[in-house]
Amino acid sequence: MSGELKNSKDWYLSVFPSFEKKLNGGSKSFLHGIRKEALAQLAEMSFPTLRNEDWKYTDISPLLKNNFIPAASLEQVSFTGNEIEKYLFKDFDFHLLVFINGVYSTELSKVGALPKGAVISGLSKASKENPELIRRYTGKSTVRDNAFNTLNAAYAVDGLFIYVPDGKIIEKPVQVLFINSSPDKEILSVPKNLLVAGNDSNVSVIASYAGSGKNGYFSNIVSDLFIGERATVDFCKIQEENDNSYHIEKVQAYQQKGSVYNHFNIMFGAAISRNDINSVLEGENTETHYYGLYLANGNRLVDNHTFVDHAKPNCMSNELYKGILDDESRGVFNGKIIVRQDAQKTNAYQKNKTILLSKKAKIDTKPQLEIFADDVKCSHGATVGQLDEESEFYIRSRGIPQEIAKSMLIRAFANDVVETLKIDALKEQLNHKIFEHLNRVEIENKL
Amino acid sequence: MLTIKNLKASVAGKEILNGIDLEIKAGEVHAIMGPNGSGKSTLANVLTGNANYEVTGGEVLFCGKNLFDMNSETRAREGMFLAFQYPIEIPGISNATFLKTAMNEIRKYHDQAEITSKEFISLLKEKSKLLNMDENMVSRYVNVGFSGGEKKRNEILQMLMLEPKFVLLDETDSGLDIDALRIVANGVNIYRNSGNAFLVVTHYQRLLNYIVPDFVHVLYKGRIIKSGGKELAFELEEKGYDWIINPELEKVF
Repeated sequence: MSGELKNSKDWYLSVFPSFEKKLNGGSKSFLHGIRKEALAQLAEMSFPTLRNEDWKYTDISPLLKNNFIPAASLEQVSFTGNEIEKYLFKDFDFHLLVFINGVYSTELSKVGALPKGAVISGLSKASKENPELIRRYTGKSTVRDNAFNTLNAAYAVDGLFIYVPDGKIIEKPVQVLFINSSPDKEILSVPKNLLVAGNDSNVSVIASYAGSGKNGYFSNIVSDLFIGERATVDFCKIQEENDNSYHIEKVQAYQQKGSVYNHFNIMFGAAISRNDINSVLEGENTETHYYGLYLANGNRLVDNHTFVDHAKPNCMSNELYKGILDDESRGVFNGKIIVRQDAQKTNAYQKNKTILLSKKAKIDTKPQLEIFADDVKCSHGATVGQLDEESEFYIRSRGIPQEIAKSMLIRAFANDVVETLKIDALKEQLNHKIFEHLNRVEIENKL
Repeated sequence: MLTIKNLKASVAGKEILNGIDLEIKAGEVHAIMGPNGSGKSTLANVLTGNANYEVTGGEVLFCGKNLFDMNSETRAREGMFLAFQYPIEIPGISNATFLKTAMNEIRKYHDQAEITSKEFISLLKEKSKLLNMDENMVSRYVNVGFSGGEKKRNEILQMLMLEPKFVLLDETDSGLDIDALRIVANGVNIYRNSGNAFLVVTHYQRLLNYIVPDFVHVLYKGRIIKSGGKELAFELEEKGYDWIINPELEKVF
């Protein structure tokens, strides 16, 4: 590696041969064909700038100033079971999958018993055990529409893989822990996540991303979710990357008729983070719920782009995104809904609310509704404000100091997103993290 | 207990209180009546330290201490309590958490030990009973999904739990049916004793049938234009405010 920094694209094109060498047998897998194709595509693309409409408010130049090393090119960092303990959400039963720098750890994962035919594993492992299955879905997988998700396709060697056959129910939630860490190198972690939920199946996933140590890294994720007819999928992302890291994820869901999909997106960390959360409603009578909570302080930037594509009639989508921004942090929200001509009787709702805790915090929020059908109900609303003074006065008038009053109001504000989570233990742990990440006095509902 | 001298206050630059003088002693219940916009709620908010109200003149002594040297929470810890006309909803915070936090802040201020969970629960049960309140309201979020009557009862419950010296009731009767009104008034009457004092702000005389005042004051255009005993309230109910206000207008013009 030369001491001179290369521009990002040249860098990622140039390190491919050394990455390829480290793959060993992996370079013969059909996945490698996808990688090479994506690399060629990357060569023709550019990383977005503020001139791109979709990235207008999100300056990613700090990210592009780094030459991140694909994690698969390096020796794996090892963790013990005790060391990962503190990153886990506790007090409920779950299947556990652990990824270190985007690579599945068989030792740390505890999958446990599953219904017949179900697979919960790492993508690389699964592609050896079930090549046909993986091939079927990776072929269908996501449109590569920017340099980041193309970069993911070029370098991904592993990721979450969940397959639930028709009619099967995964009773316990699947907790997936992505730990990113390198003591000496700035790494590129590129999980490629794939979830396939068969017809009439049911699965709930909690995917959390955490950084260990202070070293910066780039977590660049693509998640594809194939949701079968009448299936129910809950997918909850909790992002707690470290302060010097960058986090970008594209989540693409394909929903078949009668399916219910709940996506929860809780953003706590990273210097710059960006989500593209897209769903295509490919069948009738589907339900899509997006719940988001984004927190930022210091000079972090958090960007959520959501997109619901109503392609078929009689579908419902509902979106609630709430943000709390402190210090000089910045938020971006762009909520796009398309109701195509065929999608009559669509109900689509969207709400974005942001609280600014400091005068220097800022949010750019934009709803984007494109409606081509005539018999639809759609609404959207965005509010930006401060904590309510009358409420603060009410609390203080009971003898409670201002600082705690503010914390209570922060908890109250976050509540309607936190409440939507179905696991009680998770709610209280998330509430705890809200105060931890904002450096504020914690409010606990305890007696 | 409370001495108000020539108190003037404004909201958003508009003068609302134009010089109020009032002396309230321990054991007394005073009622402030007056038409809409006379400044009744402003008085309650100024006394409890709502930052949206600006004190422009005068002074208030609370148990010998200058009230305006204290922020809202300190006033509460010194024993002042306002039962709000429109209690605030706080989703995500249970009534128990809210009340216990408040009680412990007040205890801390007086160098007292924190209340234990056991003590807290038994006290809460006892007080809830007095107000016919459902026991499991403790785990519900503060005022969320409460009816108007439940919210007002919850205010009185907070009063009973926090044991203030001086209580302001701001239009506590508004939105209450007769049964709820009785329950709320009963809570107040149980608490009322020779060591505490009340200032009841109300538009109608109705509440004063249940919480019988020692003194009644008529507030108009930010000043007390008439004071009397409890019979003044009946007179107001019968004749309205005009008979007091008109001579006052004549004096002005």
